[in-house]
Amino acid sequence: MAGRQSSASGGSAKSKRSKTVDTESGKEIVRTLEEFSAPKPADFSNDDELRAYRDMLLIRRFEEKAGQLYGMGFIGGFCHLYIGQEAVVVGMQMAMKDGDQVITGYRDHGHMLATGMEARGVMAELTGRRSGYSKGKGGSMHMFSKEKKFYGGHGIVGAQVPIGTGLAFANRYNDQDSVAITYFGDGAANQGQVYESFNMASLWKLPVIYVIENNRYAMGTSVARASAETDFSHRGLSFKIPGIQIDGMDVRAVKAAGDMAAEHCRSGEGPIILEMMTYRYRGHSMSDPAKYRTRDEVQKMRSESDPIEQVKKRLLENHGMSEDEVKEIDKEVREIVADSADFAQNDPEPDPSELWTDIYADEIPQVAE
Amino acid sequence: MPTEILMPALSPTMEEGTLAKWVKNVGDEVAPGDVIAEIETDKATMEVEAVDEGRIGKILVEAGTEGVKVNAPIAILLAEGESESDIGKSGGSAGGEPKVATKTDDEPVAHSGDQARSAATVTPLEERRVPAEGKTHPDPEDPVGDFAQEIPEGTEMVSTTVREALRDAMAEEMRRDQAVFVMGEEVAEYQGAYKITQGLLDEFGARRVVDTPITEHGFAGLGVGAAFGGLRPIVEFMTFNFAMQAIDQIINSAAKTLYMAGGQMGCPIVFRGPNGAAARVAAQHSQDYAAWYSHIPGLKVVQPYSAADAKGLLKSAIRDPNPVIFLENEILYGQSFDVPKLDDWTVPIGKARVHRKGSDVTIVSFGIGMTYAVKAAEELAGQGIDAEVIDLRTIRPMDMQTVLRSVKKTNRCVTVEEGFPQSSVGAHIASEIMVHAFDYLDAPVLKVAGKDVPMPYAANLEKLALPSVKDVIDAVKAVCYRD
Repeated sequence: MAGRQSSASGGSAKSKRSKTVDTESGKEIVRTLEEFSAPKPADFSNDDELRAYRDMLLIRRFEEKAGQLYGMGFIGGFCHLYIGQEAVVVGMQMAMKDGDQVITGYRDHGHMLATGMEARGVMAELTGRRSGYSKGKGGSMHMFSKEKKFYGGHGIVGAQVPIGTGLAFANRYNDQDSVAITYFGDGAANQGQVYESFNMASLWKLPVIYVIENNRYAMGTSVARASAETDFSHRGLSFKIPGIQIDGMDVRAVKAAGDMAAEHCRSGEGPIILEMMTYRYRGHSMSDPAKYRTRDEVQKMRSESDPIEQVKKRLLENHGMSEDEVKEIDKEVREIVADSADFAQNDPEPDPSELWTDIYADEIPQVAE
Repeated sequence: MPTEILMPALSPTMEEGTLAKWVKNVGDEVAPGDVIAEIETDKATMEVEAVDEGRIGKILVEAGTEGVKVNAPIAILLAEGESESDIGKSGGSAGGEPKVATKTDDEPVAHSGDQARSAATVTPLEERRVPAEGKTHPDPEDPVGDFAQEIPEGTEMVSTTVREALRDAMAEEMRRDQAVFVMGEEVAEYQGAYKITQGLLDEFGARRVVDTPITEHGFAGLGVGAAFGGLRPIVEFMTFNFAMQAIDQIINSAAKTLYMAGGQMGCPIVFRGPNGAAARVAAQHSQDYAAWYSHIPGLKVVQPYSAADAKGLLKSAIRDPNPVIFLENEILYGQSFDVPKLDDWTVPIGKARVHRKGSDVTIVSFGIGMTYAVKAAEELAGQGIDAEVIDLRTIRPMDMQTVLRSVKKTNRCVTVEEGFPQSSVGAHIASEIMVHAFDYLDAPVLKVAGKDVPMPYAANLEKLALPSVKDVIDAVKAVCYRD
């Protein structure tokens, strides 16, 4: 479903300075944007397809279960589901190396599962229980795993962008070749701090991949109603940051773009923007009836571009897997999710004393008598 | 075993709704994600999606039914190999027992400290009533106080400006720890807008002394990310007025992450720069943010007065595992104080200092407020009033022990600060004294603060807007009932 994926195949990260002529004025326009084109979708081995299928399905089933637990009152507050966008985070994760960091906004459950965080810990955090990743004190939008290099989980739209840029700054400072993968949406792309970050990242050639997950709606406002420039891959133009649009529903296309972007960063070329053309099937959050789009639009996307169905089809048709073998994976994923839900419903709430812990990293003197 | 499909909630507060429409009917096969029904409340309509795969075996609630309780079974789903005849056999509900969010067995208990105490011992009103007439206050617990010397006996003292002291603190910590770096506008090649970072670029290079574009929100957030990534950033704001552009990153990202992460990771970072009124720069460049930042759990807030404290506290702030707001003052930068000549001079965060011993009244201040307090105390001494002056040094966590010990001895207190009076640091101190030393007070606690107006430009008006030595003297005389 790529909106305007570049027709160039093979993809290149070589910078090109292009000259065009304005037809009306006849003046020559020198574009400073380094033009990049989307690489061909990656060739997936049987193992790659299996991993992609399993990881995406885990996110899908997990989110469906989270939605259900929300409906039953086990999960409170805001709960933003990732259903439909699975190929983005799974494809990027397949392009990452050990040590690379991930940071995102509030639609974060998929990112956490993709980085290898435990389904139990994530679900228990959603239900606000003591074994959740944040001991029940963070909730859906605020979870972290230093071990898995997942730096949140940020509830303020766009705030993760300078922070992700700072992770990249630390990588450079320490002469590590790790890349900070910084996810944000088409809505966050209109926040000022995003451009402050772009400027510094490009100025200092920081190894950060800005993954813009364009799911077409910032809550209820469509991209066209909120953005003067709707092609987010061009949003780095003023900062000399290259950008490409990717079919974010095809995990192979995402993986190939991720590989290219990571190589770009690791070779010291600085930041790069990947605009992932994707779609969320569910509302913005659980309480969003999604009246701003038609049912047909959602249905069409589901039936024609579903990222999981695409992989499943290839597994059956190109990799010689049987329906039964695929069902085995479904069953295994379902068991992980069911186990996490069971765990998250039975885990105790945090001890009341937890109210007063983790405010400071050291002991601080309490208020006097 | 057939599965019950339950009425979902659209929001945590929804208790019941209307089952508007069935999209699937008895006998239809459903897969996870398929829309099976629509429900609505007065606020919204929502689709119900199947979570499990199977066949609709029975519809329990007809379309159009109003007032369907959340979690009531609305249909039965049959798994592969099951038939209608299985319905009624011990049906498990989809996703567990249909119960609402559980509570733990523990009743909410009063936590340690104040609330527990107030809840615990309730003496009858008659016994608690203290007659105003002829009232005597309890004896002070510790009239002399602990004046333990922070500086070892015989230490050589070197006259140093606050500016040099701050620079020395950063340089020493940068030598000690490779992860410490400083960033901000004009900190490197320009040598600091107020010359606080003078010489640092030469010694540590551009990797560790980083000139930023004018982009407070961006570089504050970048600093937070660098701290998450294991570095120890010192972020200089050219003045704290500009930190307003970055307030979200300071509060939401730096201060709250440790708590939101359940203690797993926090944000060791120092935000520093001049704070409060300089001279003749008007409203947007003349604000004291001590009270603002002191409101936030997760932040430490430091505001030194002397050069020795500036140096010792900044070194402690850089080593602190928490985000520290370090409020300096442009007018104090050029003032000289004795600084101990020691290899590693640090001052603990969260500890006040008794600047001047006295017995008649306690003056509590911090930062540039101390300049008024100290002068007032000198003049008052000539008039026979012996004031004890306490320099808070840290606003959060606040060393109320030292304040209370003093107030229990002097029975009178005046607070001094340049910030606005409402919800000020002085207001907090007055409230704490009222709670913890009410019976010791001989007069209401008085606050001397900046006037409740934006800072004017005109020289005469600016002077009126700031507190003065006379304001402090008048307040002290008022609480001492002296003319």
